[in-house]
Amino acid sequence: MKIAIASGKGGTGKTTIATNLAYVIAQMGRQVQYLDCDVEEPNGHIFLRPEVEKTEQVTVTVPEVDLTKCTGCGKCGQLCQYSAIVSLKETVLTFEQLCHSCGGCMLVCPEKAITEKQKVIGFLDQGNSGDVNFVQGRLQIGDVRSSALIKCVKQKINGNEVSIIDAPPGTSCPVIEAVKGVDFVLLVTEPTPFGLNDLRLAVDMVRQLKLPLSILLNRSDIGDDRVHKYCQNEGINIVTELPNDRRIAEAYSSGQMIVEALPEYKKHFVKLAEELEVL
Amino acid sequence: MKELVVISGKGGTGKTSIVASFAALAQNAVLADCDVDAADLHLILEPRVKQTSDFIGGKQASVVTEKCIGCGKCEDVCNFDAVFFNGQANDVVEKTYTIDPIACEGCGVCTYFCQNDAIEFKDTVNGQWFISDTRFGPMVHAKLGIAEENSGKLVSLIRKETKRIAEEQKKDLIIVDGSPGIGCPVIASITGADIVLIVTEPTLSGKHDLERVAELAAGFNIPTLIAINKFDLNPDMVTQIEEDARKRNMKVIGKIRYDKAFTKAQIMKCSVVEYTGGAVTEDIKALWRNVTYAF
Repeated sequence: MKIAIASGKGGTGKTTIATNLAYVIAQMGRQVQYLDCDVEEPNGHIFLRPEVEKTEQVTVTVPEVDLTKCTGCGKCGQLCQYSAIVSLKETVLTFEQLCHSCGGCMLVCPEKAITEKQKVIGFLDQGNSGDVNFVQGRLQIGDVRSSALIKCVKQKINGNEVSIIDAPPGTSCPVIEAVKGVDFVLLVTEPTPFGLNDLRLAVDMVRQLKLPLSILLNRSDIGDDRVHKYCQNEGINIVTELPNDRRIAEAYSSGQMIVEALPEYKKHFVKLAEELEVL
Repeated sequence: MKELVVISGKGGTGKTSIVASFAALAQNAVLADCDVDAADLHLILEPRVKQTSDFIGGKQASVVTEKCIGCGKCEDVCNFDAVFFNGQANDVVEKTYTIDPIACEGCGVCTYFCQNDAIEFKDTVNGQWFISDTRFGPMVHAKLGIAEENSGKLVSLIRKETKRIAEEQKKDLIIVDGSPGIGCPVIASITGADIVLIVTEPTLSGKHDLERVAELAAGFNIPTLIAINKFDLNPDMVTQIEEDARKRNMKVIGKIRYDKAFTKAQIMKCSVVEYTGGAVTEDIKALWRNVTYAF
């Protein structure tokens, strides 16, 4: 079973929920995998403290032009929608940062002057944190190919286990890459106007992808009751609520797992696992 | 004219609340919400929209079912797994190809190679953008469509329009609310900006994300300032962040205490500095003064 933890708004507690849930599921004897797909700012490792056993480079394909074969016909530049390859009179320029790896320029070149070159966009770490199998993507700073890296992280999903996918915030391409193809989406939000606004966007996105979803309400006693009302109107289930406890914030700030630092909260995560039917 | 971009690395550190307060404290500023896939600044500034425009971010391919001959060339050339052999029958074949609009990256390669000109390639509207008035001055903002792409392009468009308005109306400051992360919309928000302010929090996650986003900003050679929100949550972490900042030649220019006023102000649709005259407002004012000194 693949469960994505997503949110719309940043800082609502995705990683806290994802790491503690993975930890509790492992404690209950199930094979569980945690995949950090927030590749721009991966933080799951701070809490799970995994022993990374393997790190591999993740690359994408970009074009390399053999100017001795180029006749300057310009077809590559005309086809490219991203201005990543530009054909000038005497030369062809490539802009790797703009390339989406569609491969069009290589296919269209009549002289076969354009070949594939690999460009590093980030890293994939694999290891273990106790009984939790750990995978994370780390985007190289300055690169923009978050979605391509997320795709590689998700290729490490092991179908026999429960897989918890920690998604990036927002509702655009990287989030969709992280969420698509999962069995269930848990949206983490807080009962504030910003939380509600971004929750609405996230719900619309998940519905567009035709995936089932539930909500976890974090810091449930701050703010107002509008998230509750929204969920009621939309027929969305709130699986569990976590209060705004300063001790949680403090434990989080120093990188501690909530279920270890404050065992009284373990029952919330057990309940969550039960509701998600992973036990 | 100067442009200040507020980013954070980690989400939920208080960027938007701080930008709203800056909007209230600044005089003669134009505001821009560049957190286009989860925009919230409008919830506080309640813009009155004066002009709405479509955002055409790129193109998208779609199969004309009647023309498809089922050859599968499109599926062969697509690098994005966007082509599916699940379309309705037509006069020629039992099954045709379709393209998943969410997976399509708009590269146009399938259209080019289709042997029967059966794939259309048209501009797509990925969202809307707005020019508005707020109680603190003009604002440019946007709504990216659900599951749409090209957020970086939209960010660049918003910044360009904001600059145009600032020039027209002789405003000397632009305040940009950025997005979390270090990816495409963040790079699009900071490229060519005058000053970046990173809002972080004293948590290991905040510190880790700050390191990454600070490195990104350094790569662009933009003067970068740091503010620590909820500084009283973990004093040790504040010290560590200050030390790290020093090593990077960046300065922590403000610290804001944890205060429920952040949430209460949001509910009242006002900025923190409008909501309370308390200590937290003094913290924000002190931060704002230091930002203006930096210019």
